[in-house]
Amino acid sequence: MKITLEIQRFDPEKDAAPHMASYQVEAEPTDLVLDALHEVLWHQDGTLAFRRSCGHGVCGSDAMEINGVNRLACKVLVKSLGSKITVRPLRGLKVLRDLIVDMESFFDKYRRMKPWLITQGEEPVKERLQSPRQRAIFDDTTKCILCAACTSSCPSFWANDEYVGPAAIVAAHRFIFDSRDEATQERLELTNEKTGVWRCRTVFNCVEACPRDIDVTRAIGDIKRAILYNKT
Amino acid sequence: MDEVTLHKFDVVIVGAGGAGLMAALEASKAARVVVVSKLYPTRSHTGAAQGGIGAALGNVEHDNWEWHMFDTCKGGDYLCDQDAVEILAREAIETVYDLEHMGLPFNRTPDGKIDQRPFGGHTRDFGKAPVKRACYAADRTGHMILQTLYQQCLKNDVHFLNEYYVLDLIFTDKVCRGIVAYRLATGDLHTIEAKAVMFATGGYGRVFKITSNAHASTGDGMAIAFRQGIPLEDMEFFQFHPTGIYKMGILITEGARGEGGVLLNDRGERFMERYAPTLKDLAARDVVSRAIYTEIQEGRGIQGKDYVYLDLRHLGQSVIETKLPDIADFVRTYMGLEPSRDLIPTQPTAHYCMGGIPTDVEGRVVMDEKNTVAPGFYAAGECACVSVHGANRLGTNSLVDILVFGRRAGRHMLRYLPQAEPLPLPLQPEEAAQANIARLLKGKGKESAVGIRESLQENMMSLVGVYREETQMKQMIDKIGELRSRYADVKVQNQGKKFNTELVQAVELGYLIDTAEATVVAALARQESRGGHSRRDYPKRDDANWLKHSLVYTSSRGTELKYKPVVITRFPPKERVY
Repeated sequence: MKITLEIQRFDPEKDAAPHMASYQVEAEPTDLVLDALHEVLWHQDGTLAFRRSCGHGVCGSDAMEINGVNRLACKVLVKSLGSKITVRPLRGLKVLRDLIVDMESFFDKYRRMKPWLITQGEEPVKERLQSPRQRAIFDDTTKCILCAACTSSCPSFWANDEYVGPAAIVAAHRFIFDSRDEATQERLELTNEKTGVWRCRTVFNCVEACPRDIDVTRAIGDIKRAILYNKT
Repeated sequence: MDEVTLHKFDVVIVGAGGAGLMAALEASKAARVVVVSKLYPTRSHTGAAQGGIGAALGNVEHDNWEWHMFDTCKGGDYLCDQDAVEILAREAIETVYDLEHMGLPFNRTPDGKIDQRPFGGHTRDFGKAPVKRACYAADRTGHMILQTLYQQCLKNDVHFLNEYYVLDLIFTDKVCRGIVAYRLATGDLHTIEAKAVMFATGGYGRVFKITSNAHASTGDGMAIAFRQGIPLEDMEFFQFHPTGIYKMGILITEGARGEGGVLLNDRGERFMERYAPTLKDLAARDVVSRAIYTEIQEGRGIQGKDYVYLDLRHLGQSVIETKLPDIADFVRTYMGLEPSRDLIPTQPTAHYCMGGIPTDVEGRVVMDEKNTVAPGFYAAGECACVSVHGANRLGTNSLVDILVFGRRAGRHMLRYLPQAEPLPLPLQPEEAAQANIARLLKGKGKESAVGIRESLQENMMSLVGVYREETQMKQMIDKIGELRSRYADVKVQNQGKKFNTELVQAVELGYLIDTAEATVVAALARQESRGGHSRRDYPKRDDANWLKHSLVYTSSRGTELKYKPVVITRFPPKERVY
């Protein structure tokens, strides 16, 4: 099938502002948007810049806005989009070149959540015990690949980039609800700050955007309830 | 000439997958460490590992690290160095507990311990029956390892240089003194001086057309070491994983067969029963991949084509959703199929290189057949060859390898630092890297890197794939000569400084050509079949002549092959039957 790929381009060495460029690409219906981007890069225009690595939706490099929705380019089939595909960089993050955005602030917010297990005392010789039921409570939020599709789809984040955003809250959730973690109170206080969970207006864009099908809004809701009722 | 920025650290680690991060965690306890990665660390290919990490915890059924050691040696067709395998199997156990202590969310048994499941080639009682040894976090074990280690690195303030691409190693009088890197965001060169350098740069699966490997897996570290006169060991051994998604190569974990999935041919026959009567679908990967090729060749591929079916239908929705959720997602997303209802078209996919930069069990790079240490230079993970995988790696052992030997390298670097000689850097350490970049940007020809890369990948797949023979490999050697001369004239059109993807991919192609050449040269020379190296013209293993590791060297005179003995401690080579 023939598709028209509209790509937002920006070369900081040449352009004052981003602009759209159009490419005609011959694609198989089962091709991925990533394949179409490669077709442009490899056979039409070597100046196109985008990130990618694993090519099958697990490394989180190639999140971008595809036909208005944040997706991973390697997880969307061309045939699901029709013959015109519009690709832009993630919103709310500074564009460095073409589809590449500055990820530093995103990772800073992640780090602010202290996304590591905090425990007291000696570690056991073998594993800590955790029942399958306890493990299941935070299973969903362990799936996050830090692609930023959720955070950059969130109107609250667009309006105020002080908001830590859904991805950072997902990271906090993963530890707050892990029965082995002993910093629950500290984590609840972190997410209770004015840059935290209360900026979520339950728009659900993050849920739609998440390529890992994490129920992000539910996770944020879990934390809000834990703060209010001090219960995890 | 552009300005070059100089950084000074005690230790520089290149690559932020499991091996690099594990080493960084250890070394940063007492040294200034920087991790350099061409990606953001969480994008590293460790994150794509699915099924599990093998360790004889014995949580579900009785197990013993000696059985793990035996399985690894047998799986490697007896080419493994058994002193290293013993370390692997023993230390796997404490390593898995350490991961749990770091917070890794393993699946659990009903009594709260780490759950374990069967995996290809892992047995009890030295081969009698499959054993549940693979510790796992659903089918995203690698993802959880990568996330957990990265989180620990953040906790411990490990310094990262993200999106810096390594271009060269710096040696002074054969002592390793640092690296040269290219910053993707600016196009600037950076010299990173260090007393110890570690490569954890991963594999080179992108040399083949159908591969499970990330686009970033282009053999960078292996090729850079190779160009510096360090040999590459056992490069003829490349593993094709039996179950890649048809045409795409995306991996479907062996855990799918560990949970009970089976392979079917066009007649609906469970053909592995004929090839491996005991372990059947859970035989070692090289055995299963060859069986699939044979089925296809004898006309029993699906509709006569080059694939077979993986059948998960009988596992039931609940097993699929809780133990193989990502696999289910891949099958739905990429094939539009429902694993609980549909058969899944699969074919072998280039997955893992057993060979690499030769090291000892401390992660120190050794540069000749006498195992002479290259001072200050370390390697671990897929880019290295300890050798624990021999001629064929067992499933789950790549994760064990990166963690056990990544950690040992990290620890040894701390022991090495006080005695490191602070030799001055060469005057212009970045000269060669600079010249390489300049040549690509100002190439004489008109051709881009793309066509050369595609030709390399297609030819490697068809001429040096699962089955090999002399005439085809000689063709590949000629082909590499042709591609190399075309590459010498490559012209990168994009002259920009910032995120010049075309330039980076042209550099990567140079590395791929080098690793391809090392692979074919070693494969052509080895006149036997062993593990991941199967020759139609020499179909038998030949211990009398070939129970030895190959070492390929390159220099301006071309390539040269040497050999070194295999370390055998407990398990003398036997016939390999599953």
